[in-house]
Amino acid sequence: MLRNELSQTILEVKEITKRFGGVEALRGVSFKVNKGEVVGLLGDNGAGKSTLVRCISGIHPPDEGEILIAGKAVKLDSPMDARKAGIETVFQDLAIIPEFDVVQNLYLNREILSTNPVLRWLGWLDAKAMAKRSQKSLNRLSSRIPSLSEKIVNLSGGQRQAVAIARAVSWGAEIVIMDEPTAALGVEQSAQVNELIKLISSQGVAVLLISHNMQHIMETCDRAVVLYQGRSSADVAIRDVDKNALVSLITGASGSLLAESA
Amino acid sequence: MSTTTSSLTRSDWAARLLKPQYFIYYMFMLVLAGFALFLNDTGFFSLANFMNIVRQTAPITIMAVGLSFALAVGHIDLSIGSVVALSAIVGAILLQYVGVPLAIAGALLSGVLVGLINGFLIERLKVSSLLITLGTMGIITGISRQVSGLESIPIIDPLFRSLLGNGDLLGVPVLLWWTLSFALIGYLVMNKLVFGRHLLAVGGNPEAARAMGLRTENIRIKALVMCSLCAAIAGLLYAGRMAGARYTLGEADLLTVIAAVAIGGTSLFGGRVSIIGAVIGSWLMGLINNGLILSGFSTDEQMITRGLILITAVAIGAREAKNA
Ligand SMILES: Nc1ncnc2c1ncn2[C@@H]1O[C@H](COP(=O)(O)OP(=O)(O)OP(=O)(O)O)[C@@H](O)[C@H]1O
Ligand SMILES: [Mg+2]
Repeated sequence: MLRNELSQTILEVKEITKRFGGVEALRGVSFKVNKGEVVGLLGDNGAGKSTLVRCISGIHPPDEGEILIAGKAVKLDSPMDARKAGIETVFQDLAIIPEFDVVQNLYLNREILSTNPVLRWLGWLDAKAMAKRSQKSLNRLSSRIPSLSEKIVNLSGGQRQAVAIARAVSWGAEIVIMDEPTAALGVEQSAQVNELIKLISSQGVAVLLISHNMQHIMETCDRAVVLYQGRSSADVAIRDVDKNALVSLITGASGSLLAESA
Repeated sequence: MSTTTSSLTRSDWAARLLKPQYFIYYMFMLVLAGFALFLNDTGFFSLANFMNIVRQTAPITIMAVGLSFALAVGHIDLSIGSVVALSAIVGAILLQYVGVPLAIAGALLSGVLVGLINGFLIERLKVSSLLITLGTMGIITGISRQVSGLESIPIIDPLFRSLLGNGDLLGVPVLLWWTLSFALIGYLVMNKLVFGRHLLAVGGNPEAARAMGLRTENIRIKALVMCSLCAAIAGLLYAGRMAGARYTLGEADLLTVIAAVAIGGTSLFGGRVSIIGAVIGSWLMGLINNGLILSGFSTDEQMITRGLILITAVAIGAREAKNA
């Protein structure tokens, strides 16, 4: 299950801190993610997971510390910056438009325009081209979405997740971050999302996965980074630990454990 | 999870035909048939009368298209009625000093300005559009009353009157041309252009739109500018047809426009817009008005009817939202 440990680091986070008024949400978080690796980001409620994700996806920049993509320090001041750097985020509350269909969501703010220069200047959409390319990128994900012209409101939770994940990877993202992608899903649909995560990682995409579900983490992740009160307190290979060990790391019952693999 | 695609059964067809977005068409035909039966000796069911209705409704239709832009992003604009009067008065006053093109430009500019003010205030103060536009409505009405001295300002320029009022082009009233042009523009923008797509995204889920990198504030401001601009055009059309401007123009239109848009299937809470529905809805309002007048109902009773229509439309919309 563990991929080549010598493979190239795609994302590195160095000593990130983030304060909200008096609250120190992050007080020094460091870890690395390699290409094609699935890394679980664990921690109790309020440990700072979502805050960290927002820093990496450009929603709010960190106060201190560095984010490196493929070894180069980047400044992520907006979601667009993060997107350009190859980071896509599947948010906890799914950033999709319920009244839009699948294609419209996949291409939101990246619409393909008509090739006719006049129409292009007007911002005329090329719906056909978008439908065609969506079909391609969804096929690659052996998708379970019934129809591309289906509105999101008519899809199940698992299908919505699939759309959000498809959108992330169809843009050639190298790093996909998922904040509790299965929190609202049943057993079968969670399994489908897990499958999807493995599939995209096998295509070389690095995945940073937040989940409170230990089973989910054990099944999908190669490595786990644990946050404890705003600090990265442990970094372990999943093959070296069991569920109970992870739980005690999360609750802080066992001390700091920083794996050499990091 | 599983979706079976078999041939449509009879009940599927029934479900399709009863879709709420078709409601407006059934309503339209029902009302038309009703009046045609009851008013068969009054000339209601004649091309001349229908042309008359479309001409009289032109400002309402264009305002309905404009309001659709505001509703698309999740705003309501209560100031459109007051912009109608403002634009007409600005146009009429300017016509006393400058030519038709500049007078029109000035009137439209007044509309754009109001839209910008509405938009900036809403985004800056983070207050609901309902309250801000209620405020600007009061301010603009006050300005219109003061500037016009409560007098009607006559327009004698024949070009202005024919271009925006009673003229014909290729045997078709200019007001119908204006109506169709704006309906077409509104439809294309909302359904075919990236701008419309972004308006609907912002109205459908502002958080998601922002996360996807859309500049939601700018988009919402642009939507309000479009809305005000359409109201300003409506003002010019009133001024052209009535050969003058008065502070009361557009005063009673807000209710009609909102009812027209709501009954046409546009969500009053953002993210779902039907331009065709808004146009048909405005014609339905015009049809009902015309039919009620020919049936001998008073202005008061027409107003009551409009109110009832709005409530019906909103009730249907709310039930649909619950089912979704
Ligand atoms: N925008 C904000 N303003 C103020 N405090 C915040 C903000 N966002 C997060 N915090 C605080 O930062 C800390 C970390 O929160 P965060 O949401 O990152 O935790 P989490 O690990 O994602 O928790 P959960 O598992 O419950 O989702 C918490 O104490 C939280 O109250
Ligand atoms: Mg969280």
